[in-house]
Parts: sequence; C-alpha cells; structure tokens
Amino acid sequence: MEAAIVFLPLLAAILAGFFSRFLGGDRFANLVTCSFVSLAAILSWVVFFQVGLGGPEADKTITLFRWVASGDFVFDWALRIDTLTAVMLIVVTTVSALVHIYSIGYMAHDPAKPRFMAYLSLFTFMMLMLVTADNLVQMFFGWEGVGLASYLLIGFWYQRPSANAAAIKAFLVNRVGDFGYGLGIFAAFVVFGTVELDAIFDQVPNMVGTTIHFLGLELDAITTISLLLFMGAMGKSAQLGLHTWLPDAMEGPTPVSALIHAATMVTAGVFLMVRMSPLLEYSDLALAIVTFVGATTAFFAATVGLTQNDIKRVIAYSTCSQLGYMFFAVGVSAYPAAMFHLTTHAFFKALLFLGAGSVIHAMSDEQDMRRMGGIAKQIKFTYVMMWIGSLSLAGIGIPGVIGFAGFHSKDMVLEAAWGAHSAIGNYAFWLGLLAALMTAFYSWRLLLMTFHGPARADEKTMAHIHESPLVMTIPLAILAVGAVISGFALYPWFVGDGMAGFWRDSILILPEHTALENAHHAPYWVKAAPLGFGLVGIALAYAIYARGLERGRWWGEYLGPFYRFSLNKWYFDELYDFLFVRPCMRLGRLLWKQGDGRVIDGFGPDGVASTSRRVAKGISLLQTGYVYHYAFAMLIGVVLLVSFYMVLGQ
Amino acid sequence: MTELDWPILSLVTFTPLIGALGILMIRGEAAEVARNARHTALWTSLVTFVLSLFLVINFDYGSAAFQFVEKADWLPAFGIAYHMGVDGISVWFVLLSTLLTPLCILASWEAIQTRVREYMIAFLALETMMIGMFCALDLLVFYIFFEAVLIPMFLIIGVWGGARRIYAAFKFFLYTLLGSILMLLAVLAMYFYAGTTDIPTLMEAGFPREMQLWMWLAFFASFAVKVPMWPVHTWLPDAHVEAPTAGSVILAGVLLKMGGYGFLRFSLPMMPLASEVYAPLVFTLSCVAVVYTSLVALAQQDMKKLIAYSSIAHMGFVTAAIFSVNEQAVAGSIIQMLSHGLVSGALFLCVGVVYDRLHTRDIDRYGGLAEIMPHYALVFMLFTMASVGLPGTSGFVGEFLILVGAFQESTWLAAFLATGMILGAAYMLYLYRRVIFGALTKDELKKMLDLSPREIAIFAPLVILVLWMGIYPATFLDPIEVSVANLVENYQAALAAAESGLASNADALDAAARQ
Repeated sequence: MEAAIVFLPLLAAILAGFFSRFLGGDRFANLVTCSFVSLAAILSWVVFFQVGLGGPEADKTITLFRWVASGDFVFDWALRIDTLTAVMLIVVTTVSALVHIYSIGYMAHDPAKPRFMAYLSLFTFMMLMLVTADNLVQMFFGWEGVGLASYLLIGFWYQRPSANAAAIKAFLVNRVGDFGYGLGIFAAFVVFGTVELDAIFDQVPNMVGTTIHFLGLELDAITTISLLLFMGAMGKSAQLGLHTWLPDAMEGPTPVSALIHAATMVTAGVFLMVRMSPLLEYSDLALAIVTFVGATTAFFAATVGLTQNDIKRVIAYSTCSQLGYMFFAVGVSAYPAAMFHLTTHAFFKALLFLGAGSVIHAMSDEQDMRRMGGIAKQIKFTYVMMWIGSLSLAGIGIPGVIGFAGFHSKDMVLEAAWGAHSAIGNYAFWLGLLAALMTAFYSWRLLLMTFHGPARADEKTMAHIHESPLVMTIPLAILAVGAVISGFALYPWFVGDGMAGFWRDSILILPEHTALENAHHAPYWVKAAPLGFGLVGIALAYAIYARGLERGRWWGEYLGPFYRFSLNKWYFDELYDFLFVRPCMRLGRLLWKQGDGRVIDGFGPDGVASTSRRVAKGISLLQTGYVYHYAFAMLIGVVLLVSFYMVLGQ
Repeated sequence: MTELDWPILSLVTFTPLIGALGILMIRGEAAEVARNARHTALWTSLVTFVLSLFLVINFDYGSAAFQFVEKADWLPAFGIAYHMGVDGISVWFVLLSTLLTPLCILASWEAIQTRVREYMIAFLALETMMIGMFCALDLLVFYIFFEAVLIPMFLIIGVWGGARRIYAAFKFFLYTLLGSILMLLAVLAMYFYAGTTDIPTLMEAGFPREMQLWMWLAFFASFAVKVPMWPVHTWLPDAHVEAPTAGSVILAGVLLKMGGYGFLRFSLPMMPLASEVYAPLVFTLSCVAVVYTSLVALAQQDMKKLIAYSSIAHMGFVTAAIFSVNEQAVAGSIIQMLSHGLVSGALFLCVGVVYDRLHTRDIDRYGGLAEIMPHYALVFMLFTMASVGLPGTSGFVGEFLILVGAFQESTWLAAFLATGMILGAAYMLYLYRRVIFGALTKDELKKMLDLSPREIAIFAPLVILVLWMGIYPATFLDPIEVSVANLVENYQAALAAAESGLASNADALDAAARQ
C-alpha cells in the first residue's frame, strides 16, 4: 500500500505525459492524474491512522532495491514509514489531489494541459520519495526531483521571458542550498560511515564532541553536519539569504504556487530539520542558528509583504514568513509545534493561493491589486474563502478555548519560543509577535484592496467577472474545512496529551530541552499576545485601506525610505545581481578571451606556430638564389673555420 | 568465469577493420557505393557491439585479474608480445566504444554526403584503434593503438570538418605531439629498466622513486592533453566546433577517456609514489578547470563550444577523483567517464539535430523550439539534467561518488568541485532556455521538423542507459568493484611499503645491482 501511494503519481505522470495523445487527450490526462493522486490521498489517510494511532509495530521500512554500493558507501531505494512520514503523506497527497482537481478548471483554456498535469503528478511523486526516504541520498533524490518539477512548472509558460528567468533562478538558488546539503551528506558519511538515517541516529549520542577537519578548521562534527544540512533546508524553504527565488516563482500557474510554493515543497526544509532531530538535538549552536535565521526570516518577509501590490507576491512573502515560524520552532526543539504549523499552514495557505487563483481567473488574469477592488459581491464564494484563509493565517481565535487552524499552531510556536527561556528564544518570540501583527495587516490589506472599495478594473474586465466553476470551488471548500478544523482536531495528537504516543521515535527531544513543555504552562499574556498583535494589525489595515488606496499612498510617501526599502524587498535581488550574476558573466568572458585566447593559445600553440613561422621566414631570407651570395657565405665560413683552428690549434 | 575458447578480444577489436576492408572492396556508381558503405558500416559496428556484449555476460565479477587473455609472441627477443585482456576497469570502456560507434554511423547517415566510403572506413578503423587501446596489455601495443587513434580522428576533422578545420587539426596535433614524445621516452625507460613491455609485469616492477617522479611527468604530459586538463585544453573547443557531429561524439565520448584510462592503468599502479607526490598538482589543476571552464562556458555563443567547455569541467571531476585514490572516488571516476561518454555524446547529437536543419551553431539564432519540436525538447531536457547531475541520472552517480571520495581526501577539494554543480546548472539551463524556451518568433525556425524515426533510434539507447545508470547503477558498479578495490589496495600497499623504508632498501639494492 505504501508503495502504491508513492508510485501511483509516477504512473499517472508517465501515462498523462506520454500516452494521452493516443488515449483520449486532455480528458484522459485529467482523469488519470486526478484519480490516481486521489487514490494515493485516500490510502495515505489509511496509513496515517494506522501509523499515528498504532503502536511502534506500525513503523516499518520497505526496501525496494539497492541503489549504490561502492566500498562502505551503500544505500538503497527504500520507503520508511513512521509518524513523521505519515503526516507528510497526508499533507502532500491531500493538497496535491485537491490542486489536481482545481487545475482541471483553472487550466481549462491552456493548450498544454496533459503536460501540466503530468508535471504536477511528477512533482507529487518526487515529494513522496523525499518524505519516505530512509537515507540522506534518497532524500536528496526527492529534494532535487521536486526542484526539477518546480523548475518545469515555474517555466510552464515558456514563451514568457520572465517565467524562464524565474525558473532558472529557482533552480540555481536551490542548487546553492544543495551545495551545502551535499557537503552535509559527505561529512555525515565521513563521520558516521553511513548515510542511512537509523544508523546515523544510533551513533549520534556516542559522537558528541567528535571533531572534523572542514576547510582548514577543526569543527564539532555534529554541528557542522547539522548546519550544512540546514543550508540545504534554507534553499528549499526560502530562508533569508536564499529566499529570492520564491517570490519570482509566482510566475508559474497559480495551482503550482499553491501546491509547490506554499503547501509542500517549500516545507521540505522544515521536514528535513525535523527528520534530523536526533542529530540536531545534540548541537545547541546549530539549534540557535536555526532559531535566529527562522525568526529573522519571519520578520523580514512580513515587512516586505506589507507593501507588495501583486496579490500572489503578498501571499508568497507570507509563506516565506510562516516558514520562518516553523524554523524557529525547530530551533527551540519544539519539532511537534513546527510540524503542527506545517500541517495547518498547508491547508490555509493552499486555500489562500487557490482563492487568489479564483480571483485572478475571474479578473481575466489580472494580478495587480491596484487594479482590483469592489468585486466582493460578484464572487461571493471566493470572497468568503479568502476570509476564512485570512482568519486562519492571522491566527484568530479565543485564547484557551478554540480558534481557526492557524490560531492553534501559531500560538503553539510562539509559546514554545517563549518557553525556551533563552535569549535566542526571546528574540524569536518578539520578532514572531511583530511578524504576527504585520501578517494580520497585509492579510486584511489584501482583502480590502482586492474585494472592497471602488472598482478599479476596466469595464470589460468587470463585465466578465464570474464565479469559478464547481471543479474549482469544491477543492476550495474542502481546504476551507481544513483551515478551520485542522487546528483543534489535530491539537491533541500533534502537541497535546497524545503527543508522545503519536510521534514515538520519529522525533527526538532531549529532556533538557523543555520549551514545548513550558509552552503548555505559559502565562495568560503569552497566550493572548499573538491574538492582540493580530487584532491591532487588522485594525490598522482597516484604518488605512477601508476606503481605497489614497491613505496607503500617503503613508508610503510619508515613510519614504522605509517604504521603498520594503517595496524593493530589502534590495536583495540588486545586491546578488551586483555581487554574483554580473561578475560571473564578466569573468567568464574575460577568462575566455584573455585567458584561453591571449595567454594560453598565445604562448601555446599559436605562439609556437608564429615563432616557427618567423624563424622559417628569417632562414628563407638567406636563400636568395644568387651564386655570389652563396660564394660570399662560403668564404666567410672558410675564414671563420681557419681562424677557429688557428686560435685553438696553438 | 567461463573462459571462452575463442579469441573474443581480438575478434571484437578487428571486426571493424574487416568491415572497413569490405567497404574498400565496394565498387560501382557513386550513390550505390555510398549506400552500401553506410549499410556495411552499420552492420559491422552492430555485430561488433553484439560481440562485445559477450565480454560483459561472461565476465567474472569476483576477480580483479585480467580476463579473456590472449597472448602471442611478437618480438620475443625483446620481450614484446601481442597481449590482450580486460579487467573491470577497461571492459566498460570497450563497451562504450562499441555502443557509440553504430550510433555515430547512424548520426552520419544523412549529414555526410561527400566521400561516404572513406568516411565509413575512417570510422571503423577508429573503432578498432579505440578497442585495441583499451584491451592492450602490452605497453608497446598500447602505445601503437593510443597514437593510431589520432590518425582517423585527424582525417575526420580535417576532411569532413567545418571552415577552420585545418587550424583545429593543427592545434590538436601540436598539443598531442609534445605529450607523445615524452611518453615514448618514458616507455623506453620502462622497457630498459624492466626488460619487458608486458603491462601486468610492469605493474609489479616497483620502479625506484626517482625514476617514478620523472616518468610520471612524461606520462602526465600525454594524458593531460587527452583529458584535457587545464591549461592544455584549448584544442578541444576548436576540435569540437570543427568536427562533424559524429566526430564530436566519439571525441567527447571515448577519446577524452583515454587520458583518464591512462592514469588508472599506468600512473596509479606503476608510479604510486609519484602519484602521491603530484596529487596536489592534479587537484589544483582540476579545481581550476572546474571553475574556470564553467565560467567560460557561461559566456559562449556557440552551442558546441559550450558543451566542449562543459566537458573539460566534467573531466576535471574525473582527474581529481583518480588521484584521491579511494574506492568511492575511483569507482566514481569510472562511472563519471562512462556517464560523460553517454551524456556529452548525446548532447553533441542534440546539437547535431538542429545543426542539420538550420546549419548554424549560434545560440542566438534559435529560441522557442519547444513549440514545434516537443520530442526534441524532452530529450534535450533529459540530457541537460544528466549533465547537471540530477539524481536518478547517470551524471549524479558519478559526480556524487567522486565528491564523497574527494571529501575524504580533502574538504577543500570537495567544496571546489561541488561549485561545479552550481555553475554547471547555470550554463546548461541558460543554454536550454535560449534554445528551447522563449517565444517562437524566427521564421526560419517555424518550418523545422521534430525528431525523425532515425534520430529517435539514436537517442533511445542513450536515454535508457542514462536512466539505468542513474537508478540501478549496480549493473555497472559491480563489475568494476573488485578491480577498483584491488587498484586502491595495491596503491596503499606500495605507499606503506615505501614509508616503512623497504623501498629505500630496494633502491639501494638496485643501485648496487646496476653497478
């Protein structure tokens, strides 16, 4: 059954990609991909209940066949099933199935539907290979595989130069992260002699304090490996510094943004860190760095989200920010809280993206919120869905009682940060609170700009506005249910009383790391603070954007440099372009023309050739053909020879 | 192993030559001659490929010894014999040669229209030389094949090449000449020291340290040009650009591997002490090659030049791995060479496909081909991904094993090589974007046809092998495992022996014996 979950999407991708031309075109592609992935989703829920509620005997590893064996470097293709995997299985397959179905409607007018569906299914397969890996290299396979699928889907509309540029950027920035991931695998092999997860985890406690030579330094082995793997996670999960690809990735069709760039692929980095908890737990330095990067990203991305005008980019920066929350939860050893937020986030963020897709669909492919407004009445259903998503994202609920999904998980994350009782924990807590305020602000700014105020689109667009077909609204409704109930429904298992029996051995938290324990006993102000900050954010959004854009514009001018700094995303793209992209191209041309052309060829073959030609020319000058020249030369020769003997002879 | 009772290696080696003689006999009208020559060449190379499959089927994976050995006296007075045999390292290179040749002949089916008969003869002769080189177990036989390979290659570039073919051929010649002369000197020195040119015997000869040091450099001069290593690489882009498609495929697919094979067969086992001494030199040159040529590739406007530069970067991985001398690195270097043979060969074929249609290699003349050539776009994407080392393709297994091995030798080495992963993705995706993606606006492109059945037949085996090697590399790793382990063990043993002073004693004894 587990194998079926993983390989059904692959089969669907192959059938849709290669055979739909012969077997019934678009309808066949839609049917086969949607049904196979939905089946995988149903099976995943079965596995989830079996493993989540079952005892330790439910955990298993299914070995498919040997992948590589070279000396001691041995690993298999295998499927590892434990609670952590089971959680990821339901998240991935459920959102994927809904996005597949939604895409039937969203992509209805696209000529290349089978290709799109095949890519989506291929992505699902790669993501499942990633979450079921039992060794670091198979995870790397899934890791790069989802990168490939993401590259193909971002560049799906390949006629657009901007889509191509975004696709390449996504692949390359991820490769930078993978550079670290790769080195992490090598270091793990050198230190532990294996890349199998279980074998590594067994050895970690004995390896505390071991050092490794790395780039001329003598470093703690566990910290080094953790941080190298974290570099990979930063690339995939768009953390500060390696985040620049995610907003650009919005060039892809909106269902792609929902599935890959919100709910699943970008959370792979969080999954990796949680999976490696038996390693991370033994390095406080690595944990502190993860916390710092996560908290800073949560804050940074939220500030950028405040000023963006493209509806998808706002949500993209919001994703980046929420991923930051998950990372700092990991950093304070609250792995279950990170997974909790990952799961609820998958639902409400996919809902927001697909809702945004529905808006874009209705507005004839308009994405700029400055040209929207006043459409709440025409597309009521979508409007309600976006409200639910925003309420969940902003974390609205009644402290200590009940609330939307995001309320439970985000509060848990923030309380855990507070519960760490450390400087870095407090840093994360306060930045997280500020980010929560900004999150609520930009969510309601989005709602107000998109749906309220005067209509700013042209008449032709306004005349065309229509609610999306059922095939698109039903997935929205299902996700909305998840965005409402997944919080309190999953709470007892993920972070509540049933936690230990639910996660079992798939997550390790050392007894001295008590953040999650303390979180349950947080004082009331800590529990209420996120809600308070959120409400302030919503109030501010209403104060500025309730009646159109003028006040927003005025504030933008009033804040001047701060506004521009946020609008231009802290100038990261410009900085990287200046530091890396242009110098690389210039250096390449220089090495080619000067290095290869002038230096190597100049002194090498061309130089040798021209020198020998010059010498030959010189010699040929002597051959004039006049007898008296030769006679004269012979005479000189005789004179020289005679004088030579006379001098030496004596 | 079931030792075959027929001389299979000689058969595999010389079947193409027999086919070439057959083509020589063809008489008649020009068109008829061309057609018959094509068919004869194709069938000969296919038969050779099938014969070479017997090598793998009957190969004993458990033994590091040379297998299918044939030995016949040639110049017994000088201790020189016709000695052939393969071990786990060379058997795959033989197969690579026999696989690529029929594909090349198919690729030249329509592209070559002048002097078809001579072209096919050159190709079959080339195949014999390549196979013979990988099978030779006598240094002199090896040297003859090694140098003779260049003759048909010169002709293929010089006769059927592009506009600047003479310049390219001459550049290739200048580089190779110096290396060959130095290598010949070292070969003679080895002969005078050991009294034989038998390779297995020479491997156990235990040359004195001083001699190893200069012999290694002499061999290095020859192999480094073939690989090619930075800074003796500038012949390669020119040779590729001017060569016809099939010539590029063989050049990148097999001829570049001669250098790497030479390092594995001679430098490591016969000159272990020198290899240890010079390893840092090789590492430095390899790292420079990876970074330098990747950056240069980024700036290219010519498709073939870009892939040629990427070849140099990929071979930089190989040279670094060989001198890291541990199991993963050496096994990785062999897999990487095989994979690169398939992938770069396929990429040159991809260039050939559009070159045959538009007769230009200028990247800017293309764009938006995905629209009208979806099959081509898919194939090109697969090989692009294999080239950047995406897991699941052959490129990944090679690169990854190399990096694991290099990491054990030096983390700096691994880190520098790994930057090649990033830069490699940059130039390949940039190439792909400019050729395949974008809007289809150029009129001359709109008429281009997608892959023909013949072209699909060429790509199909390469696609299958690239994926096979990526997903189930055991098929390829198992046969080389024992030979590689043996190579690494002997190398470590030689170093250990030298360290414990045994070697210096032996030197003293040698010196005494000679006086």
